[in-house]
Amino acid sequence: MAEAKSLSGVSKVLNAAWVRPFLFLVVIVVAWDLAIRLFHIPAYQIPSPGDVVAVLWSDWPELLRQSWPTTYATICGFLLSALFGIPTAMLIAGSKTVESYVYPLLVFSQSVPKIAIAPLFVVWFGFGIIPKVISAFLLGFFPVVVSAVQGFKSVDPDMVDLARAMQGSRFKVFCAVNLPHAMPAIFSGLKVSVTLAVVGAVVGEFVGSNSGIGYVMQRSIGTFDLPTMFAALVILALLGVILFWIVDRIERLVIPWHVSQRDDIIFAS
Amino acid sequence: MNPATRPADISQPAAHLRLVSDRAAGATPGIKLSGVSKTYRSRDGDVPSLRPLDFTINDGEFFVVVGPSGCGKSTLLKMISGLLPPTTGEVLVDGEPVTRPHGNVGIVFQNALLLPWRNILSNVMLPIDMKQLPRDKYLARAKALLKLVGLEGFEKKLPWQLSGGMQQRASICRALVHDPKIMLMDEPFGALDAMTRERMNVELMRIQRETGKTVLLITHSIPEAVFLADRVLVMTERPGAIAAIYDVPMPRPRSLETMSDPVFTELVQRIRKHFFTQGSLD
Repeated sequence: MAEAKSLSGVSKVLNAAWVRPFLFLVVIVVAWDLAIRLFHIPAYQIPSPGDVVAVLWSDWPELLRQSWPTTYATICGFLLSALFGIPTAMLIAGSKTVESYVYPLLVFSQSVPKIAIAPLFVVWFGFGIIPKVISAFLLGFFPVVVSAVQGFKSVDPDMVDLARAMQGSRFKVFCAVNLPHAMPAIFSGLKVSVTLAVVGAVVGEFVGSNSGIGYVMQRSIGTFDLPTMFAALVILALLGVILFWIVDRIERLVIPWHVSQRDDIIFAS
Repeated sequence: MNPATRPADISQPAAHLRLVSDRAAGATPGIKLSGVSKTYRSRDGDVPSLRPLDFTINDGEFFVVVGPSGCGKSTLLKMISGLLPPTTGEVLVDGEPVTRPHGNVGIVFQNALLLPWRNILSNVMLPIDMKQLPRDKYLARAKALLKLVGLEGFEKKLPWQLSGGMQQRASICRALVHDPKIMLMDEPFGALDAMTRERMNVELMRIQRETGKTVLLITHSIPEAVFLADRVLVMTERPGAIAAIYDVPMPRPRSLETMSDPVFTELVQRIRKHFFTQGSLD
């Protein structure tokens, strides 16, 4: 009896949502460590997990201090891409004329590698926070627009007709039908956007900055301090995961009615 | 074939098989279409959708349109609700020409089209929000309508928690909540299974009797048309025109037994003939 109980306790722990990726991560780290030992990979090529953890432990205050500018730039860039991306998508979806003028150019601008033009922002805006924010914004903007356009366009025209036949004004119909309908698509765009914004902020720090995780990476590469560089990567990954998780939580609050959230509703009711 | 059910000779039609081009209109014609046609402009030139139509739907009448796919039935519905201007001619509702959405209609489509983020009650209240009518005044009406269609107790449920038939009943409530004169229904039961469909037909007839609305219903099903209608308008293939209008002189209330009435079966066969000679019914 007691054994069965403890077994079910173990399986409960195993089934918790955060345990599985964590276990998988442990497996990867172990494989990484084994590979280094087995193939005798020198430390200047790939550091061992132990070294990385040691750096994380010893340089924790410094890494934390450096991660604030990166986080700040990421969030600013992300918010800007939401702030500009959603209205842009509204215009593109709402007007064929705007779409024909703007959309192809938008796609065209996406093919321009941001890393190549990032130094320009440094020339224009100096070494402060602004180039990082712009670079985060530029990377985060496009996925929001593409998803939101798709969301706004996939409204059932009959549904819009129905609301219009009830003498709803354009604005009222938009708020009651189009906008809520587009919400799931907008949020999937925002989730992609927030992780890309992290990349954008780091790119900004690469090309011209004296603070932030990107700067730490740049500096540690210069001195072949690979454990520090890997520690910085871990911090970046954590940053991405946390921001993604926050957007995911907000999504649950905003669109609890959506198919992807239904398990929770059944559970609650 | 049993001679009793064979369609009567065309030269000597029985009362219910006689063509009625237009019934002598009552004092106030509910919906009047005069010379209404629709041509869509597309890149490959003009696509005629409806040839000029002339007919009148009386107040409180159950008027059913049957026709092959793509004969412009839905266009007709949009023009009556004011969503689409006719290319020629004029639609009159209560003697007023329709030029833009007039809000005196309730629409039911093939899909219930309930907003998934609103619960059933606030879905039914959508027209009230759109028309900016006093909410509290119509809330009681919405609840009464939900009770009328047997959805009492489901007010707080979300649409996906209801079956297809229940969703469609909720959308009928939504079409009625602002007390419009006219109910426009575009293949309302096309997406339901056959058994639910029959039940919904009986229910719709009851709702129409209790509310006294003018109903314009579009369908592919000839038995459904004859079962429900006071008059049936048969349309031709695209571009749609009026092939015939039949009176359905069966007494109300009708029940599912009505479907074995010889008048019913003869009329169904007569209407079916229109499509078989055209060879176009799917």
